Amino acid sequence: MAKSITQEFVKGLWEEIPPFRLVLGLCPTLAVTKTIQDGIGMGVATTFVLVCSNVLVSAMRNIIPSKVRIAAFIIIIATFVTVVELLMQAFTYPLFLSLGIFIPLIVVNCIVLGRAEAFASKNAIMHSLADGLGIGIGFTLALASLGAVREVFGSGTFWGAPVFGPSFHPFSFMIEAPGAFVCLGLMLCIMNLVGKK
Amino acid sequence: MGDYIILAISCILVNNILLAQYLGNCPFLGTSKKMETAVGMAMAVVFVLVLAGVITWLTETFFLKPFNMEFLRTVAFILVIASLVQFVEMFLKKSIPALYAGLGIFLPLITTNCAVMGVCLINIKEEYTFMQALVASFAYAVGFGLALILFAGVRERILLARVPKPLQDTSIGLVTAGMLSLAFFAFKGMV
Repeated sequence: MAKSITQEFVKGLWEEIPPFRLVLGLCPTLAVTKTIQDGIGMGVATTFVLVCSNVLVSAMRNIIPSKVRIAAFIIIIATFVTVVELLMQAFTYPLFLSLGIFIPLIVVNCIVLGRAEAFASKNAIMHSLADGLGIGIGFTLALASLGAVREVFGSGTFWGAPVFGPSFHPFSFMIEAPGAFVCLGLMLCIMNLVGKK
Repeated sequence: MGDYIILAISCILVNNILLAQYLGNCPFLGTSKKMETAVGMAMAVVFVLVLAGVITWLTETFFLKPFNMEFLRTVAFILVIASLVQFVEMFLKKSIPALYAGLGIFLPLITTNCAVMGVCLINIKEEYTFMQALVASFAYAVGFGLALILFAGVRERILLARVPKPLQDTSIGLVTAGMLSLAFFAFKGMV
């Protein structure tokens, strides 16, 4: 193991931050970032699933035969997604409604399966935990920043509170589908400009 | 009959799965660099999505609902889709090798295509009847193919253009998808 646990955690925050560095998991990124709350809610739910499935996959990595590993990973992930779905329905009902079908769709989020396959199935439990947490928090940050940009310009509010004066006319393009694509494309461009290696 | 046509138009154009519902974007960006791969992916999705839409609808109606096990929907659907994809792959390999050679590598990718799972969930959420679910699954799949092939065409032209360095590849791809989405946006309010 070349990297320490801290390094595994930190790499998810910048070096491999999804969906900017690893272009995976675009659907939730585009769909649920109309407001910053939705973005963070989705990020936290994904982080939970990511951490739990990474730990379990890593714990069972020597038991699961490699032929059926993908199917086994999917079942593990689906179980935790169901847990998250029921928890959100019970405790954060408005958020559950606004995220809609994107909560069950965490199961097909390529980031989660990607980490299980590429990382957790080959590494020790603590490292997998750090990796899942790092990538999850990175994903949450990305969703929150995209959500913030879209909410400020698209509805003129930040976390539900108005930022501009009453004369501001919301730029509603930003909260619709085309705005999501363009906004993410431009953010990717900024990331490329800033973090060039 | 008229209702089904309206449903189909709404699923293909107005609520286009890729550009208006934001589902299935990973293969949208991943397989659209070349026209051939885009066509292969589009065909594979049409094939699997219709089957998956029908089978998950049957699973929900005859299995999950009567036993009050709706909370297991996510697990059940993903299992159905994963095994369906595997089954289709084996079946095609044995009986229609020509089609298998064409779809080949795209089939396994479909398991984690959120368009498939998404449409199955939408069918249940909208409480479609069997025929409506069938028409909607097919129409969503056609919409997916249409958008993917259009986008691949645009992307092939972009290769000839001089794109600023930081914007290259995925970044310009997303901006282009935004423009395409804007075009589809014009259908809004039609149905």
